Amino acid sequence: MTVLSLSKALNEGMRKAMEDDPKVLIMGEDVGKLGGVFRVTDGLQKDFGEDRVIDTPLAESGIIGTAIGLALRGYRPVCEIQFDGFVFPAADQIITQLAKMPMRSLGAIKLPVVVRIPCGGGIGAVEHHSESPEAYFTHTAGLRVVACSNPADAYTMIQQAIRSDDPVVFFEPKRRYWEKADIDTASTDWWTPLHAAKVVRPGTDVTLLAYGPMVKTCLEAATAAEEDGRSLEVIDLRSLNPLDEPLVMESVRRTGRVVVVHEAPVNSGFGAELAARITEQCFYHLESPVLRVGGFSTPYPPSKLEEHYLPDLDRVLDAVDRTFGY
Amino acid sequence: MTTDASRGADAPPELVQLLTPEGERVEHPDYDIDLTPEEIRSLYRDLVLVRRVDLEAVALQRQGELGIWASLLGQEAAQIGSGRALTDTDMAFPTYREHGVAWCRGVDPVKLLGLFRGVNHGGWDPKEHNFHLYTIVIGSQTLHAVGYAMGIQRDDASAATIVYFGDGATSQGDVNESFIWASVFNAPIVFFCQNNQWAISEPLEKQTRIPLYRRASGFGFPGIRVDGNDVFACLAVTRKALDAARTGQGPTLIEAFTYRMGAHTTTDDPTRYRVASELEAWKLKDPIERVKSYLFKNEQADQAFFDSVDGEADQLGADLRRRCLAMPDPEPLDIFDHVYSEPHALVEQERAQFAGYLEGFEK
Repeated sequence: MTVLSLSKALNEGMRKAMEDDPKVLIMGEDVGKLGGVFRVTDGLQKDFGEDRVIDTPLAESGIIGTAIGLALRGYRPVCEIQFDGFVFPAADQIITQLAKMPMRSLGAIKLPVVVRIPCGGGIGAVEHHSESPEAYFTHTAGLRVVACSNPADAYTMIQQAIRSDDPVVFFEPKRRYWEKADIDTASTDWWTPLHAAKVVRPGTDVTLLAYGPMVKTCLEAATAAEEDGRSLEVIDLRSLNPLDEPLVMESVRRTGRVVVVHEAPVNSGFGAELAARITEQCFYHLESPVLRVGGFSTPYPPSKLEEHYLPDLDRVLDAVDRTFGY
Repeated sequence: MTTDASRGADAPPELVQLLTPEGERVEHPDYDIDLTPEEIRSLYRDLVLVRRVDLEAVALQRQGELGIWASLLGQEAAQIGSGRALTDTDMAFPTYREHGVAWCRGVDPVKLLGLFRGVNHGGWDPKEHNFHLYTIVIGSQTLHAVGYAMGIQRDDASAATIVYFGDGATSQGDVNESFIWASVFNAPIVFFCQNNQWAISEPLEKQTRIPLYRRASGFGFPGIRVDGNDVFACLAVTRKALDAARTGQGPTLIEAFTYRMGAHTTTDDPTRYRVASELEAWKLKDPIERVKSYLFKNEQADQAFFDSVDGEADQLGADLRRRCLAMPDPEPLDIFDHVYSEPHALVEQERAQFAGYLEGFEK
């Protein structure tokens, strides 16, 4: 067992992937000598060289566009988009090219490209550094979209994403980069499939659905609720596209109450998709509507206000209370 | 090599030309080419055949058999000249108008029609021909090509990449990013810009204040303007640029100065934005006529040869038409194929649901 922070777990995962497969490349802004602004790629260029850990020019469309070309030549690029709010210059290459090219080729082309995006708020950053753009990508067919929430998943999921023959958008909860956990790096027996959700805390009264940074918040809410005599089940979705529907629906049928929690705005957020699917499949099991807790229909606020914008333990518990009001 | 930059930015643009519109062979100090009569006849044949493919496709669109077609009329020399400069291991990234390059790469013309008939989004295996799929969004493929070239570098292979784009594309961010990438990584790539003077209705002056090939110097690599209607010059200039790329000398921007003699696509009406006299002037610079004149004047081909090429073209056109009409329509459930490389829960769920829905009609 090794104690690793979430950022170091990603680093170790990428290192393993690079050792296992010489076609794996890292590319992005400042990923080389600096090791990335969050140090997630720290030391990789020193050990694998500049041909495999590529400091790119400062242009996000260029990063994804050239990664596509490298993948066409047989490489497996892992691209770092420095911050969530900087992914939009690359959106055209991701949505129009990366997601669609395999289908356009009738399967002749595979694009094993991973797009790593540190996401979410809570670190007191300036604007465009705290966003949660996942719904733009879950809406795009051809992409796989996953979000890790803890060091162990970060370590396994990044390796699984790199091995996927499809493009994977990989969200990293930047405020959890420094969380630590014991990880068994010697064995793979404990690994969960990339697209499987996990019940991270079993419960009987309400199902909390979360991913990325909000999983920890939901776990804290469940602990607090226990003191009030409420048993909350917390599910870490891990994969947004595809979604592990059977696991989610099984839980909802047991509890009859659901609260979805994400940092992204509630309006047209991923929670809307969850609410619709749950309503379609569990209608007669529901004791209340599916409630959503998330960001407001506003741009991300200045950091002095972000504690009000971001869902926290109290807002989650407030929604839990409301599910008993129907 | 005399560079344009050494003459100053205000110097008139220089055009590399080896065969005049009248079919006279001219020499150029930097770009000579030694072609056998057989090679020239072969170039002529390609020019005629791709024009015939194009003509047939336009006709098929007019008759409702294709949804749309992007004609290459007038750009045959740029495409055949550059396409014939490629070796088997070189990789080409086209726009949606590179039917002539596709021909040089051995792509069956009927496969080009799939996209325009709406039966698929691109029906050939890019690896089989080292010819990527057509790219519709303007300029996106320039980055793919540079990435591919970076892969060539990492493979330590002796190959180059060529990427095609138009004058309008030079305004795109992706194209400018691809220039930067190619430059700083010294990627083995040739940027082949067919400046056909028009981006749908927008003339060149809406895209640039300077000749396009001169932009290259700002990015740190050579730029050359070639007579895009001169197949000899296009072949010679592209060959040299590809050689440079393969031998570690980095990228080159080639501006093939040509003219879109037809509409942007079959949905376009150029009479709304350009004068007929412009087209008439360019007709005198036709890329095929000058090769024919050259072959005639130099007695390198006789009437029987030209007749046989015309006959072959007619046969090709008829064959293309027959096979276009015989192209099977896709099945409804094909919608769900190839979205992911492995079965995907949601796509499979929807495939099953839609199959059940369709079966409901059959009962």
